[in-house]
Amino acid sequence: MSSPESGSYDATEAAPHGKPRATEWPLWEVFIRGQHGLSHRHVGSLHAADAESAIKNARDVYTRRNEGVSIWVVEAAAIAASSPEEKGPLYEPSNDKVYRHPTFFDIPEDVGAM
Amino acid sequence: MTDPLFEFLCRMGDNTLVLGHRVSEWCGVAPVLEEDIALANTALDLIGQTTLWLNLAGEVEGKGRDADALAFRRDVWEFRNVLLVEQPNGDFGQTMMRQFLFDLWHKGMLTALQNSSHDQIAAIAQKSLKEVTYHLERTTDTVIGLGDGTEESHDRMQKALVRLYPFVGEMFVSDDVDAAMVAEGIAPDPAQLRADFDATLDAVLTDATLDKPTSDFAHKGGKSGKRHSEHLGHMLSQMQWLQRAYPDATW
Repeated sequence: MSSPESGSYDATEAAPHGKPRATEWPLWEVFIRGQHGLSHRHVGSLHAADAESAIKNARDVYTRRNEGVSIWVVEAAAIAASSPEEKGPLYEPSNDKVYRHPTFFDIPEDVGAM
Repeated sequence: MTDPLFEFLCRMGDNTLVLGHRVSEWCGVAPVLEEDIALANTALDLIGQTTLWLNLAGEVEGKGRDADALAFRRDVWEFRNVLLVEQPNGDFGQTMMRQFLFDLWHKGMLTALQNSSHDQIAAIAQKSLKEVTYHLERTTDTVIGLGDGTEESHDRMQKALVRLYPFVGEMFVSDDVDAAMVAEGIAPDPAQLRADFDATLDAVLTDATLDKPTSDFAHKGGKSGKRHSEHLGHMLSQMQWLQRAYPDATW
């Protein structure tokens, strides 16, 4: 969301910050468990110097309104992701395999959302 | 002498008010967005605590003043905050060092106040302590991270410590108001909080590779209201101008 360089803060005696730093803090993806029993959900990302400060930043950025009971952070670079270009080979073949989609069952109302 | 309880509550409330306002000055201009939000959270926590302390002070005083009246309708010499919290923000490192030194004192004070003989004070302390525990965790990590960081961040943190350390002593000075609070079991003797403060401070400064100044000279006069630094008046003129220009304005 942001990078560590900054403009100097004119209203104080802050020394000028000079040139922006060459390096940025790494990007972290943040996952928060809303209540006990639910799984962690991706809520967004932020920059932080290390895992501990990423959790603290996540606490301040994403849990201000009592949203969570548990925070996970993972460095974005550590996530292996599928490529959008592979959409065809990866997902489309399942569309015509009707036997994979459990649409033939009547679900009793009492069961609720599945 | 004014009621020592009123005096004590103003000290607690003015500390959080003045520091809360100082920290809020970073809103929108902090070095990174994440710190900006964290600083704003801290400022809001402190202002929230101010409301509790100063409303109680107004009740104790019994002249119909509430937290707003005390915050916005008093002049410099009526403020009872320690000099540390009115010091300017400086760079980010100086702000963090000021916050760390205050948080460390604040946590010790609130921990003791949880056992106050005064129920409302104990309740305010209990609520505030949760917030302040987090503030201290955050500033401790930041002081260590920047102190034991790059050459530049280390130098800035050392400079900040040298600049702010002379304001530490005032937080632990005991006077007649404190003696009255101790006598009634309302609040601890601040001098008694010093040993724990020093032990943690030394440990953190060691981790942060920072050198504690050897002189224990302490600027005083904020807590007693006798001699604030020149910075407080400038800050109040910012903070209070709207209520001064348009008394009782609402929207």
